Amino acid sequence: MNPDIFEPKILAFCCHYCAYASADLAGSMRIQYPPNVRIIRTPCTGRLETEYFLKAFEQGADGVLVAGCLEGGCHFIEGNLCAKQRVNAARGLLSEIGLEAERLRMVNISAAMPRPLADVITDMVQTVRKLGPSPIVANFEPITENLS
Amino acid sequence: MIVAHRKSIPELIEILSGHNKVLVLGCGTCVTVCLAGGQREVGIIASALRMASKLRGRALEVEELTIERQCDNVFIETAAETVERNDAILSLGCGAGVQAIAERYSHKPVYAGLDTTFIGILEERGIWTEKCSACGACVLHNYGGICPITQCAKRLLNGPCGGSREDRCEVRDDRPCAWQLIYQRLKKIDQLDRLRQIQPPKDWAHSLDGGPRVIIREDHRI
Repeated sequence: MNPDIFEPKILAFCCHYCAYASADLAGSMRIQYPPNVRIIRTPCTGRLETEYFLKAFEQGADGVLVAGCLEGGCHFIEGNLCAKQRVNAARGLLSEIGLEAERLRMVNISAAMPRPLADVITDMVQTVRKLGPSPIVANFEPITENLS
Repeated sequence: MIVAHRKSIPELIEILSGHNKVLVLGCGTCVTVCLAGGQREVGIIASALRMASKLRGRALEVEELTIERQCDNVFIETAAETVERNDAILSLGCGAGVQAIAERYSHKPVYAGLDTTFIGILEERGIWTEKCSACGACVLHNYGGICPITQCAKRLLNGPCGGSREDRCEVRDDRPCAWQLIYQRLKKIDQLDRLRQIQPPKDWAHSLDGGPRVIIREDHRI
């Protein structure tokens, strides 16, 4: 990593049945994706709650990526559709808080899409890099101007 | 149950301005069921407040606690210790809960974190609808168990108004006409004759007329 470039910390919640398998496959296929991402395997994106996303930001994540199965392809039928609604609601909440909604994103990846997974991770890293470090992160001074 | 929804985070930040240590107090009853003020929502709102205050250059310390019922002194007592170490309380209970907390801890500022909206039910996942206006003199027996006071936009006791289209209310076309529902239900239970009776104007003395209502049960008093 280049010390002069801001390297965002991205937390990725990856569904065990799709995106996590794709990340595994990306490794086997030697497909590179930015090392900024920390993957947490989840049984289904439908298991993710709003508070998980908020806690991630509160504890220093610059961005959060939720990677679930393709729509219609959820192992638990509709878990990824629940997650989609929840992520949308959480993005609204982030805006209310004063954080950019773009810091939270959901993508749909099947177990056989290692290249698209690497692409969405790269895109997410670029998006968050443009936004800059999360102002919530403790080692940054709080922003003092009125953001409301 | 009582149905409520949360105030926006900027509004809550505004309400809590001037305080540095706040307790977000949830309620484990109605507002837990309507996903507005239970333990999970306490966590979400507390987390959001911590971040939002930080972004606005303030260091707000937020503690979280959820008690079984905010409208019952037995449970309110259990929060005493936590309340004492905070400057103010943001109650996620219904309006009754907020007032009960404010009464018990009268030396602490108590604020409402929710907008209490109605008495209703969970219609389907994520949709709550109003069912009862707590008018104080129930008329459901006359209308096949469908409340014209609450369900009819015009609160007609002798409906229908004649403005409904198909089975839709003319005031709100996303809602069914209450009188259509009443007719169908009474027909189903073979009680259409009830509609032949003209109902007199409702006696609103049982409602909000004359100040807050009190029910005293001598058989339950010592």
